[in-house]
Parts: sequence; structure tokens; C-alpha cells
Amino acid sequence: MRNVFLDHQSTTPVLPEVFDAMKPYFMEAFGNASSLHKHGLRVRDALAVARKQFAALINAESPEDIFFTSDGTESSNLAVKGVAYANQKKGNHIVLSETEHPSIIASVEFLEKQGFTSTKVKVDREGRIKPEDVRAALTDKTILICVHHVNHDIGTIQPVQAIGKIAAEKGIAFYVDAEASAGWLPIDVQSMGANLLSFSPHRFYGPKGVGVLYRNRKARIVSMMHGGVQEGGRRAGTENIPAIVGAGLAAQIAQEELSVRIAHTATLQNRLWNGLREKVEYIKLNGPEPGPERISTTLNLSTEFIEGEGQLLLCDMNGIAVASGSSCVSKSLKISHVLAAIGLDHALAQGNIIMSLGKDNTAEEVDYVVETFVKIADRLRGMSPMWDEFQRGVIDSVIKPTGRGKSFSDHAAHISGKAAH
Amino acid sequence: MSETYTLYNNTVMDHFMNPRNMGDIKDADGVGEVGAAACGDIMKISLRIKDGKIEDARFKTFGCGSAIASSSMATELIKGRTVAEAMQFSNQEVVDALGGLPPVKIHCSVLAEEALKAALEDYSKKHPESLNDKKAVTA
Ligand code: FES
Repeated sequence: MRNVFLDHQSTTPVLPEVFDAMKPYFMEAFGNASSLHKHGLRVRDALAVARKQFAALINAESPEDIFFTSDGTESSNLAVKGVAYANQKKGNHIVLSETEHPSIIASVEFLEKQGFTSTKVKVDREGRIKPEDVRAALTDKTILICVHHVNHDIGTIQPVQAIGKIAAEKGIAFYVDAEASAGWLPIDVQSMGANLLSFSPHRFYGPKGVGVLYRNRKARIVSMMHGGVQEGGRRAGTENIPAIVGAGLAAQIAQEELSVRIAHTATLQNRLWNGLREKVEYIKLNGPEPGPERISTTLNLSTEFIEGEGQLLLCDMNGIAVASGSSCVSKSLKISHVLAAIGLDHALAQGNIIMSLGKDNTAEEVDYVVETFVKIADRLRGMSPMWDEFQRGVIDSVIKPTGRGKSFSDHAAHISGKAAH
Repeated sequence: MSETYTLYNNTVMDHFMNPRNMGDIKDADGVGEVGAAACGDIMKISLRIKDGKIEDARFKTFGCGSAIASSSMATELIKGRTVAEAMQFSNQEVVDALGGLPPVKIHCSVLAEEALKAALEDYSKKHPESLNDKKAVTA
């Protein structure tokens, strides 16, 4: 069977050269970086190299500003809670957008139970945050602004630089979640005005088990993990040396290959979207069109009259790995909060899947995906009462309204006796 | 990579990939369409009933894999039953016949039960005389 991985947003395979670089650090150079003998000193050197590789990737002022954690979630928890607790005397208010990653939203919600408050800035229908809305949300108690560089769900690139200017002007710590962009878009923390920035190397062909948090001296943070004085006392715990070494190399390669990877994925992204929109009726791209406002790797799609989990399963049965933001695939049975925030009609959110490209996907694979997806959509529509009701004029299309029939949501509310969320 | 890793067990996958009784019945004797309040999915079951017996059952589903498999299995199970028997149908039968569903997906089988009951209700509205049959059977 074909094997087409289109879920690079979730993770990527480790590069062979990265894996090779990691190997000696399991059995040969197995030392603990806190030890004072040669074994410890050897791996301490390796850590220093990785710190430099990461500093270079994001143009950090100093490698000393790079902290290693266990993954992206730990990095964002440390950024949000670390800044909040360090600035308790100054204020208790946090500004974020409503489309942040769950690790940030949940961290802020946790802090709210401890007496902090927050304002969630709204996004427009393509997921853009307006810098002026961020400014308007600030109070004299605001201690932190959190935004993402690229949306993890719909691929919107945010105006981080403009938001960074506002933060600098007001002297408020500025944290950028670069989980969905690191390794795929140029990042310059200095021109962004970011005081903190986090990402995970496993999203760009590094290993899992390591996360990165950049933090410059302008932002104070307190440690969330207590114990030894690893990572300058900001994050206690023995460093995952093999992962950090591999991740550092993955960062270096990502930086070297960045323009090639962007060009390659952008070409495929266009080919995929053009193929799908030509061949599948009633399909919508969520988030900005491919171009300067959208990351080159992802397409977040809604196919009308069919549900996303069914699409995902049939893709999987055809060897194509994708993700979905439909309520049916979520453990809480809620549609993705990002799709809700952009005001996507519930029927379209239910029909959601996310395809994310990587450096090894090919044009030929993209053509196979288009061809297969046409069949999948046909097949599920053949099973869907909504498709049939649309043909008969009972319900209308949201994407291309015909003016006949009621909306899907009204219909669903009518028969379930309850409004869809 | 092995193809043996699937989201659901083999029976569920089989009913999802090869759904039984998918479609509509022309001039059906009873049609039920219901929506799941939990997730927003929709299921429709059509029945052909003759002499108080379900001769044919068909489904259409806008929903997850487990909802499609549940409606496929439910229509399989109720064919040949009397209306009175079908009124006693429970989603647990679907879950058991499918060899189990993940806990978060049990509501999909409830949707199948509800769609079936809605179809039976539609039938008894159209055929009030059937209520007498029902009494006869349950008595
Ligand atoms: S019917 Fe929606 S999750 Fe199964």
C-alpha cells in the first residue's frame, strides 16, 4: 500500500544524520552534564554546541538564552507560568489570543485559579490577530503578552513584529509560541522583539523528548521544576543529552535547508490545494490562501456534507496520514477551538481535515492524494443524508449557497432538538 | 508499516469500510432522522415493514466511523424483527455485536438506537392500526 505522510504538523521522522549524531550519547558518551569528571565534561560540551545551534536558528543574542525542556508543552508552561509568578508584584494580567495552543490556554486557565486574570484577543475569520487589539487589551496590570507565530491549526502567520513593538513600548514581557513555525519559517527573536519563544525540534526532523525555550534577560522567569541547578537554575532535571544533541543538529540542518524546504512545500501546497479545489465540489480552505500570510506546509480543509473522522479513516485506509479538527475525533467531542474562533459554521468544522506537508513529500504523492480524496469525498457523500438533502433542496450549502433549503445547523438543531455548538 | 493498526477493532472497521444496508428505501414505511447533541452528527434510518415485521432497513449517516459502523450493524440486527421487538432495541446490542466501542464513542451507537426508534415512531404515526398489532405482540 502507498504510504503518504501528511501530518508533519504532529511530528516528523528523525533525519538519518540526526540519528547518527545521537547514537554515541547513549552508550559511549553517557555522562551526566552535572558531573565534574571527563564523562560529564564531554557531554557538557555537546550541550554547549546544541545551544549555539539553536541560538543561530532563531538569531538569539546569546546561547545562554536557550533552555532545554522535555517538549513544547513544558516550554510553554514554563514561559507562561514562569513569567506570571516572577512578576506577581508588578501585576496579574495576561493577554493572549483565543487561538493559542491548548498548552498556553490551559496554563493561563490554571493561573486564573491562582488569582491571575486574562484577556483573550479575538481573531478575524482567517485567524489573524490585530496588533491594535492586543494594545487595546493591555491594562496597567498586564505582565505578559502571549501570541503564536503561526497558528498550529490553520497556518495563519501572525504580525508578531508589530505586537513585539507594542510590548517593548509598554515594557511588557512578550512570549511567542513558535511551535508551528520553527524550522519552517525564518525566525529572528531580535527583530520580533520576543523576550521568550518556544518550539519543539521533533517538528523539524529532530527527536522527541526535548523542547526549547528561548528567554532573554529582559524577561524574568521563575522555575517550575525544582531540584538541581541545570539550565541556569531555570529548569532542574538531568538533560536528555542524546535528544538535545540530535535536536541541535536538526536545527542546524533546518537553518541550512530552510529556503529549499519552504520552496518545496509551497509548490506542493499549491498543487494540492489547486488539485482539490478543482476536483472536489464544496470544499473550503480555512485560514489564509497559500502565500505570505500562510505557512507553506499546511492546508486546513472543510469538505461539506461529510464528517472529518470518516475522511481521516478512509485516508488512512489508503495509506494517507492526515489529522482532523472535527468534534468526532476529539476526546471532548468539541470542534477545534481555532475553528470555533474563526467563526466557521459547525457543519464545516465537522468536515474538517488537516494535511501538512514535509520536505520528503513529492508531487506524485500529492497527485495520488488528490485522486484518492476525490473518491473518499464521493464515497462519504454517497452515505451522507446531508448530501442527499442538499440535492433535494432541503438544506443549503454554506460554501456555495444556492438559496434553497435551510442551513445545515438549523436542520441539525431541528432534528436533535438542540443547537449545535 | 503494518496495516494492522486501526482506530477501531476489525468488526467496526469492516462495517465502516463495507457498510451493510447503506442507502434509502423508496416509499419507506417509516423514516427516522436524528442528530447527536454531543457531537453534531446525523443519522437516518428507513424501514420497510410488512405484516408488523421489518423487511428491510437502510441507513445514511453523516458522522464518524463508529457512527457509520453502528448504523450498519443496527440495520443488520433489526431486519426480520417485529415492530414490537424492534421497539425494545437497545444500543448495547450494537456495541456488543461490534465487539465494543471506545467509551467516548458509545453515543454513536445511541444515535443508531434513536434513529431506529424515530423511524418506528414515524411508522406508527402513518399506520395507527399497527399499535393494535403491537399490543397483540407485547400482551
Ligand atoms: S457520531 Fe459523532 S462521534 Fe460518533
